[in-house]
Amino acid sequence: MSVRRTRATALRVLRQLRHDPRTVALLLIVPCVLQILVHALFTDRPNVFQTLGVPLLGLFPFVAMFIVTSITMLRERVSGTLERLLTTPLGRGDLLVGYGIAFALVAAVQAALVSALSFGLLGLDAGHAVVAVVALAIANAVLGMSLGLFASAFARTEFQAVQFMPAFVLPQILLCGLIVPREEMAWWLRAISAVLPLTYAYDALARLASSAPLGARFWADVLVVLGVTLLALVLGAGTLRRRTP
Amino acid sequence: MSPAITVRGLRVARGGREVLHGIDLDVEPGSVTGLLGPSGSGKTTLLRSIVGAQIVADGSVSVLGLPAGAPALRARVGYQTQAPSVYADLTVLENLDYFARILDVERPAVAEAVRLVDMGGLEGQLAATLSGGELARLSLAAALVNQPEIVVLDEPTVGLDPVLRQSLWQTFHDLAGRGTTLVVSSHVMDEASRCDALALLRDGRVLATGTPASLLEQTGTDDLDAAFLALVDEAAGDGR
Repeated sequence: MSVRRTRATALRVLRQLRHDPRTVALLLIVPCVLQILVHALFTDRPNVFQTLGVPLLGLFPFVAMFIVTSITMLRERVSGTLERLLTTPLGRGDLLVGYGIAFALVAAVQAALVSALSFGLLGLDAGHAVVAVVALAIANAVLGMSLGLFASAFARTEFQAVQFMPAFVLPQILLCGLIVPREEMAWWLRAISAVLPLTYAYDALARLASSAPLGARFWADVLVVLGVTLLALVLGAGTLRRRTP
Repeated sequence: MSPAITVRGLRVARGGREVLHGIDLDVEPGSVTGLLGPSGSGKTTLLRSIVGAQIVADGSVSVLGLPAGAPALRARVGYQTQAPSVYADLTVLENLDYFARILDVERPAVAEAVRLVDMGGLEGQLAATLSGGELARLSLAAALVNQPEIVVLDEPTVGLDPVLRQSLWQTFHDLAGRGTTLVVSSHVMDEASRCDALALLRDGRVLATGTPASLLEQTGTDDLDAAFLALVDEAAGDGR
């Protein structure tokens, strides 16, 4: 790993985004609009918004970064830039961490914006520090990025990569406990949700939203999120081959 | 002088069939070696083997005395893939700046690479808006930015206008004059005469190697297209 090459890669990814203001605008505005919609949907039942608001805020970056990364990495594979990069001294770790830093920065801006909106204008309350919510949102973004990166290895076309979003992400959102509490799920659904990383991300966010003490379970959740991120990055690095058939 | 690149008994299988059937090749340092042959003859596979991007079934490829693809070679070998492999959503300068940074060279190297491929004035332009020829030159500049000792170029002059092709070949010879070893593939025979040494490839085998003049002499022909045909006939005769 080289700090210089990692930084160069992060800078390059950010420069690519800068030339694509529409994507940046979508990344920043869409979560805000969705949050406003959820708030409006439950005007008469403000406690529902209080329950959903914090987890949604933390899950937007996960979804967005999953899509953005799987498409970007697929483009690197298809365009030949990845093959070229892998003939240079650039390490696979430099490439992955460079991507991670760039997208984490974008996620930080995204989470900060949605937080300012939700806590400032929409009257959302978090039981715990807003900073912790933003930090978790960034961690979820990096989790989404690393899973997207890994998933991109299995896509041959952008069409397939886009389909990975409903395939990889929607089941996790359905089963994470956001829609139906996990305790009320059939045993086999609960068993599936126990192996999906988003379940732990959601649980941690829900604990931040409530005013109850965080407890050991919160930190276990955070560890799972970080651990799965690392695992997906290692698996993703395994899919970047310097020599190919 | 010992060869800059030595290929011995190289066999490569792709998609379940063998595409290179035991290639032997020596590339002299400080020369422009042309890899000539029709589409599908195995040129790209051979080049990929030299840069260490290809999984090989058998044989050896050594570059500057090291096995191809060795970590120590990664900053010493420049590679331009057949399709322009640069970032369409970055400007010319941003593309070269990135490749310069990961190859550990400083800013002046970028200006030198821009000059080398004659792209002055286009630095601020987005790669997506470049013409095909400009894109090919940008991709070439990215391979040259750190002035590597070995430069491997896969069909670098395809689709370029004759004036530009002429100037690129001049650039290749200037680089060779400074000690750089270039391996350039092409399927256009008229480019063969511009090379110091040639390897003619067909169906994954080396038909012949030598200087353009020696190949003409050997086949008793007066242009390289005819020489290639004569060599194909000769190989077919041997096979009988």
